[in-house]
Amino acid sequence: MSAQWLTETEAKEKRQTDIGPPHYEKFLPPVIKKNYGDWKYHELLEPGVSVHVANSGDKVFTVRIGSPRILSTDTIRDMLEVADKFCGGYIRWTTRNNVEFLTDKEETVKSLKAELQKRGYSVGGIGPRVSNVVHTQGWVHCHSACTDASGLVKAMMDEFHDYFVEKSLPNKVRLAVACCVNMCGAVHCSDIAVVAVHRKVPHIDHELVKNMCEIPTTVASCPTRAISPDPGKKSIKINADKCMYCGNCFTVCPPVDIHNPENDGVAIMVGGKVGSLRKGPMFSKLAVPYIPNEPPRWPTVIKHLKTILETYASHARKHERVGEWIERIGWERFFSLTGIPFTFQHIDDFTFMRDTLRTSAAFKY
Amino acid sequence: MKKYDTPLLDELEKGPWPSFVTEIKKAAQKHEAAADELGQLEKSYKTKRGYWKHGGIVGVLGYGGGVIGRYSNLPDEFPGVAHFHTVRINQPSGFYYKSDSLREILDLWDKYGSGLTNMHGSTGDMVMLGCKTEALEPFFAEISSRGWDLGGSGSALRTPSCCMGASKCEWSNIDTMNLANTLTQAYQDELHRPMWPYKFKFKIAGCAVDCVASIARADCSIIGTWRGDIQIDQGEVENYAKQGMDIKAEIVDMCPTGCMSYESKLEINNAECSRCMHCIAKMTKALGPGPEKGASILIGSKAPIVVGSLLSWVVVPFMKMEPPYEEFKDLADKMIEWWDDNAKPRERIGELIEAKGMRPFLEAIGVEAQPQQVYEPRKDPFFFWKDEDLG
Ligand code: HEM
Ligand code: SF4
Ligand code: SF4
Ligand code: SF4
Ligand code: SF4
Repeated sequence: MSAQWLTETEAKEKRQTDIGPPHYEKFLPPVIKKNYGDWKYHELLEPGVSVHVANSGDKVFTVRIGSPRILSTDTIRDMLEVADKFCGGYIRWTTRNNVEFLTDKEETVKSLKAELQKRGYSVGGIGPRVSNVVHTQGWVHCHSACTDASGLVKAMMDEFHDYFVEKSLPNKVRLAVACCVNMCGAVHCSDIAVVAVHRKVPHIDHELVKNMCEIPTTVASCPTRAISPDPGKKSIKINADKCMYCGNCFTVCPPVDIHNPENDGVAIMVGGKVGSLRKGPMFSKLAVPYIPNEPPRWPTVIKHLKTILETYASHARKHERVGEWIERIGWERFFSLTGIPFTFQHIDDFTFMRDTLRTSAAFKY
Repeated sequence: MKKYDTPLLDELEKGPWPSFVTEIKKAAQKHEAAADELGQLEKSYKTKRGYWKHGGIVGVLGYGGGVIGRYSNLPDEFPGVAHFHTVRINQPSGFYYKSDSLREILDLWDKYGSGLTNMHGSTGDMVMLGCKTEALEPFFAEISSRGWDLGGSGSALRTPSCCMGASKCEWSNIDTMNLANTLTQAYQDELHRPMWPYKFKFKIAGCAVDCVASIARADCSIIGTWRGDIQIDQGEVENYAKQGMDIKAEIVDMCPTGCMSYESKLEINNAECSRCMHCIAKMTKALGPGPEKGASILIGSKAPIVVGSLLSWVVVPFMKMEPPYEEFKDLADKMIEWWDDNAKPRERIGELIEAKGMRPFLEAIGVEAQPQQVYEPRKDPFFFWKDEDLG
């Protein structure tokens, strides 16, 4: 422990509890504070620059950059230097891990943008294009992960960089990655998403189960009732036919280990959205059931994502989200246009079966 | 300090997008923890599996949540990450920061932690990645003495989060940042001391565009909306037409309720508008939400585990949302109380409603049945009657 750390007594004296976060007003740029709740309209000026105009006539320009979400303290300091130089020290993050630099002076925009680019940041991500990827922790930090998230995201965003900084699409495309079916990253409602999946029944370490786990809780954790007690071993057993590899038992009882490097991998889901514009929010649906983990750059995943994005870009009508486009053309056409094979895994045998089987004699080939 | 060869991770420093590997390497120059994170991650890339143990219970005095225990399975090989806990710091509403204030946190994180952060976790908190157990208390003392607090984790309220709302967006029907801050302050105890069946999340969006994905990820989604006529500036409509917008194809024909027409000017049959935001979002200069602002309250969304994903369901179509938000807090308290009284461990409120039925839930919170709560009525005749219904 280094010398300048607070001692236990000092820490006890200093600490406060239940104070909540600092009030956001402390951090609002003056032009925002002045026009709070009184904005008139906004416009996209470039893929990474927008302007919001207030009823008072004041303007605030936003220059947005991407970030890898994992940021070192030094990189944030580097961003703060830019904020100090051009934005009075104010800075904001977006819900998708982008960083925004705000200024009320139009003449600052150009030099702000140039400075950011000079320091190696990608400016973009606003408007009808790919924004940053919402993602989870992966091998970097989560015990449940059956793939990495940051690495996949890096490979994806390298591939789609043009769609972040420049090229436009029919509408926004929200990408997401979750490193297990817990889906900390809202994958289940994204335009194009990657979710990591297991494919093998968990391996049970009976000795450890005996010592570490509560048997009734572990049995109860299984959504398909695949688990039952094994009184002889003072452990549990799993009915392999019923297991759908969700890993919930592992979350409750770690010695039931579901990791399996040869068989773990990822699935690709498409067509979800959260906004209510035109159509209500939509869940993402399965496009590709399994692709093995191929670190460091997951080339097969990237190939499929690229096919899906480019098929959408060339076929969708203006303003259609991925899911709206697929609903219009039909899923049979989605599979034929993308060349993705349709398999038994695409037919739901879980929660949504009744809703998803076709009950009409009208369909396409 | 370069401790390990990382040929696989080095591949991820190539290409135009900023690299998380570069970030970890930067932190590794100062912190052994970050260096060992890099080593362990390279091993994961080689063997295609993770090496984190299940989180154990760690935290700061008096709090049950806010810190997520993280231990390496390979502490001998990578001692720097033997314990590498996550500290969730409650973010200010809207993710706005000032450099001097944020720098304080960064300096403290260099002093006590790994130098690595997630700005931000998907729940909203500033996530500090990689704290040793013995650093938790002094780090917390330092940040709390400077006005920062922890977020939630475990079976507790999770840090409420919101879109930027009124701070910059003209579409916001409610003051999302004020509401998020007010709820966060009001529920400090529930946020820091897990005492419920499972997690509970509030997410607040100013309009149906839903930039925080509240409808997909919040046990209680609060989404701003309006009543009354959409505001039209016909001059600006003309300008859009002059600038080449095909108003019939892009706006009128895409309106989901077919309530718009465009001959010499844009007309909206507001009674039939479902307030989906399409036209407003596409003609931001010409159209604006109607005059009476409020929010729709929806309940129950969650990710797929255990029995499938849920989107939030409408329970209250329209509620005024003005400080001090007493009506909403009353409703929230009733919802949470019903859930807390009835749920099994690890059962989210949406799953409980599915198990028990919407009627008991609505009765418990004192809300009437209304057509806005469903897309369509049921398709089967197997309904429950109570004696009082028989009249
Ligand atoms: C002209 C149209 C739109 C504009 C100008 C716009 C603007 C924005 C802005 C400024 C943000 C950042 C908000 C924040 O960080 O709190 C954002 C985020 C978001 N928007 Fe939109 N939006 C538009 C349309 C849409 C549509 C149509 C959808 C989906 C139906 C959508 C979904 C989202 C989502 C999920 C986010 C979240 C995260 C993020 O990028 O920060 N937006 N949008
Ligand atoms: S998605 Fe799963 S593996 Fe990834 S961070 Fe969440 S719980 Fe962990
Ligand atoms: S992985 Fe899921 S389905 Fe399989 S036994 Fe465990 S809890 Fe049950
Ligand atoms: S949810 Fe609506 S009000 Fe909030 S930032 Fe998005 S568009 Fe604006
Ligand atoms: S808000 Fe939606 S439903 Fe209402 S007029 Fe506009 S496009 Fe039509």
